[in-house]
Amino acid sequence: MRHMRVKRIEEKIFKTLMMVATLAIVVSLFMIIVAVVKRGLPAMSWDMVSKIPGGGFYIGKEGGLLNAIIGSLYIVIGSITLGLCFSLPIVLYINLYLPEKSRLAQFTRLSFDVLFGIPSIVYGAFGFTIMVYLGLRSSLLAGILTVTMLIIPILIRSIDEVVRRVPKEMKDAALSLGATRSETIRVILRQVVPGIITAVLLSVGRGIGDAASVLFTAGYTDSIPTSLSQPVATLPLAIFFQLSSPIAEVQDRAYAAALILTFIVLILSLAGRYYSRKYSKNKI
Amino acid sequence: MIQNLLRVEKYVDSPLNKMQVMNDTLNQVDADQILKIHKPHISVRNLNVYLTKNHILKNVSLDIPDKAITCIIGPSGCGKTTLLKTFNRLLQNSIDVRIEGDVLVDGENIHGKGVEVENIRKKMGLLSQRPCPLPMSIFDNIAYGPRIHGIRRKKTLTLMVEKYLREAGLWEEVKDRLKSPATSLSIGQQQRLCLARGLAVKPEIILGDEATSALDPISSKKIEELFLKLKDQYSIVLVTHTLRQAKRIADYVVFMYLGEVIEAGPAAEFFNNPKEKLTKEYLDGYFS
Repeated sequence: MRHMRVKRIEEKIFKTLMMVATLAIVVSLFMIIVAVVKRGLPAMSWDMVSKIPGGGFYIGKEGGLLNAIIGSLYIVIGSITLGLCFSLPIVLYINLYLPEKSRLAQFTRLSFDVLFGIPSIVYGAFGFTIMVYLGLRSSLLAGILTVTMLIIPILIRSIDEVVRRVPKEMKDAALSLGATRSETIRVILRQVVPGIITAVLLSVGRGIGDAASVLFTAGYTDSIPTSLSQPVATLPLAIFFQLSSPIAEVQDRAYAAALILTFIVLILSLAGRYYSRKYSKNKI
Repeated sequence: MIQNLLRVEKYVDSPLNKMQVMNDTLNQVDADQILKIHKPHISVRNLNVYLTKNHILKNVSLDIPDKAITCIIGPSGCGKTTLLKTFNRLLQNSIDVRIEGDVLVDGENIHGKGVEVENIRKKMGLLSQRPCPLPMSIFDNIAYGPRIHGIRRKKTLTLMVEKYLREAGLWEEVKDRLKSPATSLSIGQQQRLCLARGLAVKPEIILGDEATSALDPISSKKIEELFLKLKDQYSIVLVTHTLRQAKRIADYVVFMYLGEVIEAGPAAEFFNNPKEKLTKEYLDGYFS
């Protein structure tokens, strides 16, 4: 009997600990959102999302943030596309073509784990060094390339996790029907589409919100770029620059930018969840 | 005269025919059954398989008869599944595997140089222990094989899907929901779907790796009935854990123990009149 009572108390203690941890985090994150909405919402207007900055107070008194919104979307779409073009083949190669426990595969995974943890400013500095070496100016292209490098570890590690979990029987089933290894990819991709969507969402979150990597590489501008070689503004930098201004009105615009950024991420997450559910219909 | 003698010798030389000759004298009923067996479809010669440093298959030589059900029985870990996997070369996918010896399918060494592994695998449908549908609809599951072998016409595919679902006895149950995911089927239905999927690439051989062990009794009975129906057109090789299943459906039985083939022979003779002491003990349930 006593033993049972001790067990029950233990159960309660652990349950409370978990609840406290969850609440503490949810509440503090919610407070960030409240702060952003509280200061950003008054500054929001249709102009904010439909016009480029109109000058005054160094960086923005009139006009909106359309340059940064479009810029961020350009960068994130470009780098996700480019990132997938590299990470999918890498993941499929280390999982399908290299033997299990292959040294190269393990080395690749380890290096991406390390790259995962490198601060984004280092990517920015690296991109900048290469740009200087090649004699390039800060541009949309350089921004896309740097953000691509930043998100490739995330894409690879999270897609790798789901591809590894594809049951061996499924690959064997496809192979035993006479499929070549490259033909089994179609089967595997069908199985991991939801996982790929999650990976893309994670990298969108990181890529669209990162200021340090685009600071030197993409630059900042008031206009919307019309070619890959022009500099481009991004929302995180818009927040950074405007927040460092001493003028309250400009600071409010920073919160508006943060609100827009949060909203974009929210919309993308919802869309991702919808498609993830849609494509997991056939999943085993 | 000499030529005739040579022919007789050749005839007696193959283990299967030896069995046949012996059988003729032993039991007339058995002989009828075995006469149906024409020639070995798969022949294994001195096959040795090493996994890392373990010697999994030890000098295995046997013949799998054409158009009959062969059951491979034996206690767990005796190398049944490994043997089955060498037939369609799925074993090579794992690292640290060394294979020595020959596996001949229709007289062609499948481990030989210049052999297209896809062609070997296409000749054999595989049913695994747990049904493993591909992550797509019922229709696409069946159509997957034909599609990778170049059939694109929707009409041909539709006909094929119906034909093979009928052959696997699944058509009536799924004809109204071909577009729904394969996972929506019950486990027993999924196994028949996998069978239909395998048949759709027009194999000559069906390999079953304990194909009924994950199924409920009714579903596994259905699968067994299917095997009995299909054996006129296909050579069927089943690895099985249950002796009773082997007794029910096998025409030819291979008994393995610790990586060696202890005894192989026509089912009736194998069960009624085992030659090896080990076989007798296994059949009597001294070990399993």
